Amino acid sequence: MSSDQVELKGQPESAVATADALLELRSVTKTFGGLTAVSGVNLLVRQREIVSVIGPNGAGKTTVFNLITGIYRPTSGEILLNGQSIVNQSPDRIVTKGITRTFQNIRLFNSMTVLENVLVGQHTRLKAGVLGSLFRPPQVVAEERKARERALELLSFFGPVLIERQDEYVSNLSYADRRRVEIARALAADPKLLLLDEPTAGMNEAETLDAVKYIRRLRDELGLTILLIEHKLAVTMGMSDHIAVLDYGQKIADGLPDEVRYDKRVIEAYLGRQAKEEADQRDAEAAAREEE
Amino acid sequence: MATFVNLLIVGLATGAIYALIALGYTMVYGIIELINFAHGDIFMLGTFVTIAILSALGVQYSHPPTAMSWELVGQLALACVGSFLFCAILGVVIERVAYRPLRSAPRLAPLISAIGVSLVLQDVGKLWFGPTNVSIVPMPIGAISAGPINIDIINIFVLIVALALMAGLHFLVNFTRMGRAMRAVAQDRDAAALMGVNVNLIIALTFFIGAGLAGAGGFIYTLKFPNTYFYLGFQQGLIAFTAAVLGGIGNLAGAMVGGLLIGLIYSFVTLIPNNILPHGGNAWNQAVIFAILILILIFRPSGLFGQHTPEKV
Repeated sequence: MSSDQVELKGQPESAVATADALLELRSVTKTFGGLTAVSGVNLLVRQREIVSVIGPNGAGKTTVFNLITGIYRPTSGEILLNGQSIVNQSPDRIVTKGITRTFQNIRLFNSMTVLENVLVGQHTRLKAGVLGSLFRPPQVVAEERKARERALELLSFFGPVLIERQDEYVSNLSYADRRRVEIARALAADPKLLLLDEPTAGMNEAETLDAVKYIRRLRDELGLTILLIEHKLAVTMGMSDHIAVLDYGQKIADGLPDEVRYDKRVIEAYLGRQAKEEADQRDAEAAAREEE
Repeated sequence: MATFVNLLIVGLATGAIYALIALGYTMVYGIIELINFAHGDIFMLGTFVTIAILSALGVQYSHPPTAMSWELVGQLALACVGSFLFCAILGVVIERVAYRPLRSAPRLAPLISAIGVSLVLQDVGKLWFGPTNVSIVPMPIGAISAGPINIDIINIFVLIVALALMAGLHFLVNFTRMGRAMRAVAQDRDAAALMGVNVNLIIALTFFIGAGLAGAGGFIYTLKFPNTYFYLGFQQGLIAFTAAVLGGIGNLAGAMVGGLLIGLIYSFVTLIPNNILPHGGNAWNQAVIFAILILILIFRPSGLFGQHTPEKV
């Protein structure tokens, strides 16, 4: 079984500190009590790449995101951003270093307006303290005005839809629009690396296609690097520079979409044993045909 | 008519003090879902600090000021700011020492911790000013008379100061960077942290403002009432807490309206004559207030302004 598997593990990582590496995970492990959620995971994300993390439910994908963003501390291993360790830093510090994220089950501030949500995203970029906020010296007024302009600019990334609804409570927005606001909020902190946790979850086909488009635009127009978790394989395959596959907390493959797609271990892990058997059968049939 | 106007003004002024205290309960509950039982005692220490500051400035019970002067206004302003800052810093220290280490503990733990802090603060008060009533320096503030209506100016003053503080708070919370961060932390602490908000700082800030408002409330209380004592915080704190629950705990506007309503009820209950309630309404106002608390909890547990329980992470 292991003989026919494409061995991709360790291939990009072995090139130590690649010049354009933005994020690097070095044998990151996280255990909760006796449960190992993430085990010895290596991952390399280069500047302006779109990288996907896929894997079955409970494979540890979201845990990896939580480790990168500082919600969890790794039990062992290193996480480097631009070559500097971000392990043991608080989530808000990591935001200032240039990593922001969205959530699988959208976590916007529902009793705030669209605009306010994006303004919270700018929190680290603004300076006004309590006294400044109350007494409003000219620089605070100017800062607040600029923050609003910037928030509108970010919302306009998604066309006029969100601009028109800027003063509406986000709880009144459609699911797809909320996902957009969440991305705008994440962009507001001026990240270098954007983590998207299932950016198309719960979307219909048209909305998914649209999401794929704007994720590409995030990279192409804004120069962002994107790491995303995705369940829809077609989505991932279509836009990723490379794909890392997790299963039971371990990375079982990492490579170009086409390489990962036909990886037997990936097929087995991701689609289940039955799918693997089907694939084997197909291979056998193909081989039989070739022989004919 | 005259009685009505008087009761209205007195009720609003008393209610404004309750509202200031209630805001602290509701802010702390909103942000960390803790009923800060020590909050009333912070208010009590606010009255003590006010007396101490005024006394240090020479405004003492033994020779009270006889007329209003700019000097006295300055001394009062100093006492107000001093009480605000003292209580605000005390609130931050309490949060740091007694609540933050328990933030991820089961909910009962910080609650017990809060009761403990409350007892400690009462004992501090007892040590400081003794176990008996402490007389407050009477202020030479007159009254306005219009025919049969006779209003103590102090009530107007209390209302103005309290409303100004509440307006400031409303502005801070709804229209500024810090206020947005506070609301964000209250709604989803983790998501706020992941948007770059320093959660510990924002929680400390919430305690600073909430406790500071109790301090300012303590200052106002000393202008309006003749005495205070170490147990004042427990008594008034419970009433203010009722106001917060009436308005919908966690909701700022609710605490303000709830405070004013409780003040009005407190005031108008005195109209009930002897033949309905023995000894007259005056003897019953606390009973009425707590009966209201029970009714709210039964029929509208989320309060006047409260929504259904906010979803929590």
